[in-house]
Amino acid sequence: MATNQQKHEPPKELFVPHERKEDTSEKITKPSRSFFQDARRTFFKNKSAVLSIILMIIIIILSIIGPYFNDYKMDGQDLSRAKMPPKVPVIENLPFFGMDGTLTSEFKGDDVEEATQNAVMRYDNNEEFIDIKVLSEGDGSADSAEVSATYNIYEAKEMQDEYFWLGTDQLGRDQWTRIWLGARVSLIIAFVAAAIDLLIGVAYGGISGYYGGRIDDILQRILEILIGIPNLVVIFLLMIILQPGITSIVLALTITGWTGMARIVRGEVLKQKNEEYVLAARTLGQSNGKIIRKHLMPNIAGIIIINTMFTIPNAIFFEAFLSFIGLGIVPPEASLGALVDAGFKVFRLYPYMVFYPAVLISVIMIAFNLIGDGLRDAFDPKMHK
Amino acid sequence: MLRYILRRVFYMAITLFIIATITFFLMKLLPGSPLSAENKLSESQQEVILAKYGLDDPIPVQYVNYMVGLVQGDLGISFHFDNTPVTQILLNRMPPSLILGMQALIFGTIAGILFGLIAAIYHNGWLDYTSTIIAVLGTSIPSFVFAGILQWYLATKWEVFPVALWGTYAHTVLPTIALAIFPMATAARFTRTEMLEVLGSDYIMTARAKGVTEPGIIFKHGLRNSLIPLVTVMGPMAVSLMTGTLVIEKIFAVPGIGEQFVSSIEVLDYPTIMGTTLLFSVLFIVIILVIDILYVFIDPRIRLTGGGS
Repeated sequence: MATNQQKHEPPKELFVPHERKEDTSEKITKPSRSFFQDARRTFFKNKSAVLSIILMIIIIILSIIGPYFNDYKMDGQDLSRAKMPPKVPVIENLPFFGMDGTLTSEFKGDDVEEATQNAVMRYDNNEEFIDIKVLSEGDGSADSAEVSATYNIYEAKEMQDEYFWLGTDQLGRDQWTRIWLGARVSLIIAFVAAAIDLLIGVAYGGISGYYGGRIDDILQRILEILIGIPNLVVIFLLMIILQPGITSIVLALTITGWTGMARIVRGEVLKQKNEEYVLAARTLGQSNGKIIRKHLMPNIAGIIIINTMFTIPNAIFFEAFLSFIGLGIVPPEASLGALVDAGFKVFRLYPYMVFYPAVLISVIMIAFNLIGDGLRDAFDPKMHK
Repeated sequence: MLRYILRRVFYMAITLFIIATITFFLMKLLPGSPLSAENKLSESQQEVILAKYGLDDPIPVQYVNYMVGLVQGDLGISFHFDNTPVTQILLNRMPPSLILGMQALIFGTIAGILFGLIAAIYHNGWLDYTSTIIAVLGTSIPSFVFAGILQWYLATKWEVFPVALWGTYAHTVLPTIALAIFPMATAARFTRTEMLEVLGSDYIMTARAKGVTEPGIIFKHGLRNSLIPLVTVMGPMAVSLMTGTLVIEKIFAVPGIGEQFVSSIEVLDYPTIMGTTLLFSVLFIVIILVIDILYVFIDPRIRLTGGGS
């Protein structure tokens, strides 16, 4: 044992005494990182935020190329293939996913026969394509018997070779195509609205905070009036008088949306402009515009980025909300909110129609909120390790 | 204090006046009149009807009449329901919305504070992670998706509560939960952050050092101080509840103001739409004012003066 241990020990010649010198003891051991490098490190250590970014990239790519995966068009109506349940190659053989192109539901009746009849009536009277499983025999009292019926709608319509990955809606339009086109519309609205909020808010808040004095006074009074008007009311009024569509939703969202950003930027600029580095820049003769762009902006970039990241899910929610109450995107155009709204109307009979858009919008919202949280931590010096 | 409130009420009146004016002129700009579908009426008959409702007056006169009516609580007559005053419709629709809103706000805030408290006490434990996940889901997932999940499981699958409509108390349960999720998640998040900060502060250490019991520290010293900032998010929370009622009332077919508004949009019943919009503005502005005043009462460190904004 003892000899064995000795064998594994490194030979003594390898050990060289560490020489203490004046210059090495003064050396900083940790590499120096700029604030943004620190922020990036903190952000990429946050697993949920990184996962959300990957997810969002996938969703954005799919919303660009997804609709071209098959030949169905966004407004390709065909009533003969209306309300087809989801069916995906390969996955159709795995019963767990429920994407085998069948509709399943439970039916009740006084006895098994009546329950079966209810099921057959529900499913187009196509008895030969319906599989009945008896769940409970019943004792003859009202609705005591229960059967589970599975209707193979693709076979019934002789469309075994067709695959609607996420099914079709009431008018026979392919849901896969519509969901990704809808996601595209929702994301465009969110990004454009966030970008406009950013531009106006930063410019307004920056000018107001930097120049101060009378300019600040006037700009702030205008802002106070705008904030006093409930944004919900402004959005409603605009949506009622404008033609529904992407442009009017973006307009309605941005017309009051930038005020929050303007307030934050103004506050931050007020804080930063009295710092010594600004004074130094001014002493050296920098122009006002250059001080704002080159010196102030990088220092308040963190708070601007965080705020923008929370504007995006907010805009997605508002678009969905407007479409849901009938003020947003109108058919045949699709948005995630409009798809959820359409799906809700046939919720009990065709749950898949509301399920996929609802999941997608929830995933997008969660992802953006997690990215926002991650960025907030990343730009917080207390969180840097 | 009184000066501050008076000043705020004065500004409130100006804001409302501006909103009412904009609303009126927008209404006049919109195409269509109450009679555009009535092509059976002869020209003179139409004139009689227009005269009866004062719609043949010049616009400025109509504007003055509208504003005078508004001050007296008269919002005009609905295009859709025969001759029913909009005020009447809205009054009838008020109670369900108020019940839902209040229940959701109370239930949501209390549940949220509890979640946040538990998360802060068991910081970095599994209870903390669970409540953080709930908070993230609650703030992210739109309320109409939640409403769908609730309806699917609690109403159609397990048949615990009615799917929709209004009547018994059981009808209010599902819409209240669906509405309460957002305030709950917001309150939970906020309470957790504040509570962690407070628990790490020096005066808590002092309290510990002099032997205050753990519940005493958490409730008397900790919770009380972390709840003050919560009042600031109550405003946006109440506003988001107003947005929420529109969707939730539509899904659960609750005969409230939100449902009325959505169906009025579908039939382009402009007077009702405008009346509801004005009502929303009043509610919004009053809520913000009440919360600002409440804030002063809760935190004596804040002194409001006639000046400052």
